[in-house]
Amino acid sequence: MDKTLPDVARAVAGITDGMTVMIGGFGGAGSPIELIHALIDRYRATGHPTGLTVINNNAGNGHVGLAALIEAGMVAKLICSFPRSADPVVFTEMYLAGKIALELVPQGTLAERIRAGGAGIPAFYTPTSFGTDLAKGKPVEVFEGRSYVQERWLKADVALVKAELADPHGNLTYRAAARNFGPLMCMAAAETIVQARRIVPPGGIDPEHVITPGIFVQKVVEVPNPAQEEDLNLAKATYPLEV
Amino acid sequence: MDKLTNNQIAWRAAQDIADGAYVNLGIGFPEKVAQFQPPGRQAIFHTENGILNFGESPAKGTEDWDVINAGKKAVTVKPGTSFFHHADSFAMVRGGHLDVAILGAYEVAENGDLANWSTGPKGVPAVGGAMDLVHGAKRVAVITDHVTKDGKPKLLQRCTLPLTGVGCVTRVYTSLAVIDIEDGRFVLREKLPSLSVEELQAVTGAELFIPGPVADLICPEV
Repeated sequence: MDKTLPDVARAVAGITDGMTVMIGGFGGAGSPIELIHALIDRYRATGHPTGLTVINNNAGNGHVGLAALIEAGMVAKLICSFPRSADPVVFTEMYLAGKIALELVPQGTLAERIRAGGAGIPAFYTPTSFGTDLAKGKPVEVFEGRSYVQERWLKADVALVKAELADPHGNLTYRAAARNFGPLMCMAAAETIVQARRIVPPGGIDPEHVITPGIFVQKVVEVPNPAQEEDLNLAKATYPLEV
Repeated sequence: MDKLTNNQIAWRAAQDIADGAYVNLGIGFPEKVAQFQPPGRQAIFHTENGILNFGESPAKGTEDWDVINAGKKAVTVKPGTSFFHHADSFAMVRGGHLDVAILGAYEVAENGDLANWSTGPKGVPAVGGAMDLVHGAKRVAVITDHVTKDGKPKLLQRCTLPLTGVGCVTRVYTSLAVIDIEDGRFVLREKLPSLSVEELQAVTGAELFIPGPVADLICPEV
């Protein structure tokens, strides 16, 4: 069993036009910047992939990572809870110009829809959003005297996730609150592509400490010194780097 | 008209948080509540992005950007901190495990409806965890100025802005008063001593009920 690949370019080579792509991270924490940038590199070289539907909590910050993917014009639709950030100019301008579609989902509902997708649960009921604009058109049921809104699972063709440690089986650990959506997205995508700070041999992660079991992971690539979105933005970086 | 500062409103809300309570503070103004915990009490703060029992902000330049709060500001790890994924985090929220959520508001209605996520159809809509947080915590409290910047009531018979949640708010701490929401009405519990009930009623968009004694709302300079 060896799910490791030698570089990020090969890791994202199978992503094609129109796919639904889950991207881990909450703000910069857990954002798989190098996998996203590898996808942008491929688009600049070949014109593909484009017309993507991206699922992430946010809509990018500055001009790197997810914001750069949107800025490149590769994203047709974004499903997220909070498309604002310290520097949201990329998404804001494209949204207001009608160049990108938005499906706004409450954050806990977004997480649970992804979890449901990974767990084989097509729909569930939540109190969240009952009586609000975001529940319009959705079935409502009363349980024990309280109203709940039906929400449906979310699944993806591909998930891009950042981990701390990985082994060749795809067992993963995460770093601090960079975990956020990662374990859920790994479950909910047909193909999960992971960038890990370090790949260790089988047995290198104590089984008691595995957060995502390898069954949910298809490809692993080592990115030893991953960039942090906040640091890139403090340095006013853009991607691709203009030289 | 006298009014409390934002720090004083946050101080007042903090006095009602028990030692050991599990608490979520909304991003922005509600985050201030953490600074004013009474001596000897220690609440355990939850952030939606997957940290329980986080510590104070780190010194500038020492941030770990994988240790942030829901507002994407850096926080710190301390003994007893735990990390978890987003589905567990919102199970804590909707599953009724939090004792208190303290949120900001554009409008609060006497029936407990809250509007705090959208000021209308203009611009880019963003909801984050607001609609989840109003469900599940045992108490959902709001801290807010009593009136808008142009002097209009924020406490109303019915909200006019898009709702965050229906019938969810249990207590409102404002710059002028502490008001409970019970049986679809605003029940006045405390008010600034310099303010008459009539003056308070004049800046409140729904009737204030006074079934019992009204305490003086007195906060230290903080």
